[in-house]
Amino acid sequence: MSVGQTDFRTAILDARVAAPAGLVDPEGRPAGKRFDVYRNNVAVSLTEALKTAFPVIRKLLGDENFAGIAGLFLRQHPPTSPLLMFYGAEFPDFLAGFEPVRHLGYLADVARLELALRHSYHAADATPVAPQAFQDMTPQALMAARLRLAPAVQLLRSHWPIHAIWQFNQPQGGPKPEMRPESILITRPDYDPVPHLLPAGGGALVAALGDGQPLGNAVATATTKAPDFDLAATLGLLIGGGAITEILQEETP
Amino acid sequence: MSNQVKALAVAGAVAAALTGIASAPAHAQEKEKCYGVSLAGANDCAAGPGTTCAGTSSVDYQGNAWKFVDAGTCASMELPDGRMGSLEPLERDLPA
Repeated sequence: MSVGQTDFRTAILDARVAAPAGLVDPEGRPAGKRFDVYRNNVAVSLTEALKTAFPVIRKLLGDENFAGIAGLFLRQHPPTSPLLMFYGAEFPDFLAGFEPVRHLGYLADVARLELALRHSYHAADATPVAPQAFQDMTPQALMAARLRLAPAVQLLRSHWPIHAIWQFNQPQGGPKPEMRPESILITRPDYDPVPHLLPAGGGALVAALGDGQPLGNAVATATTKAPDFDLAATLGLLIGGGAITEILQEETP
Repeated sequence: MSNQVKALAVAGAVAAALTGIASAPAHAQEKEKCYGVSLAGANDCAAGPGTTCAGTSSVDYQGNAWKFVDAGTCASMELPDGRMGSLEPLERDLPA
């Protein structure tokens, strides 16, 4: 007698479903208890994975609430890939749609930040352009240049103060978050990703550059969004963080 | 604002950004792995679940947990109760 994968999988994720018939121990007796141990290990290990993956969400919700939510999430979204380090990609959307935490509007975006930090960590290496490369360009060439961004670069734009919330909940702490929209640029200058708070309009600039727009157009978009847009500060974060890997010059026809 | 003026403004901002980077303290300073100096759960690694690091130290100054510090500063780091940092994993302060 054999047990199909579908039955096995269904019963692993739902404790109300009886252990699949046909599972036996070495003596040939039904192995329901052994299956329960297996079922428990799957839930516990995925809960542990989510705890490691979303430390700030865990801190914001508290251990007990987090474990409860993780238990619901992992049954709706079991891993689709053996790469455990990317587990929980659907967690931000899950939080956004989960009624009991609806009053914590920032939760989903903070979870997106934690996910983006992990993706940045595991992104491919790339050699950044030397800052001097910009020095020799004419103003016109700068306006027309398209900038290729490193694979480790991530941009998050939020209506919530996600950088302040993240910082506040780090081991070293930070000032109390104040309500305002914040955008974050993640760069990876050395080994670990670093989330930088972007000045107003900075999110629009990085998004436009990421879409392959020339610097001149990207600056126009950012300035429309935020009249006091600080280009020097934003470029400082990009260049200083090793985020630009290539300057593509407009070819003259 | 004419295109010429805009281009000069952008060029000015680029120059300012480059100056800012040149004068900032070099964040890209060489780093070294330093064992036995991190606080519980705060050792450097953002790799996430399924990996072997990710803030896995469970006691303060755990001997086999490391974090990055500025090169040349690890071995001279003084910690409470006469502990020192080390470039190699240590036998002290291992979790029970």
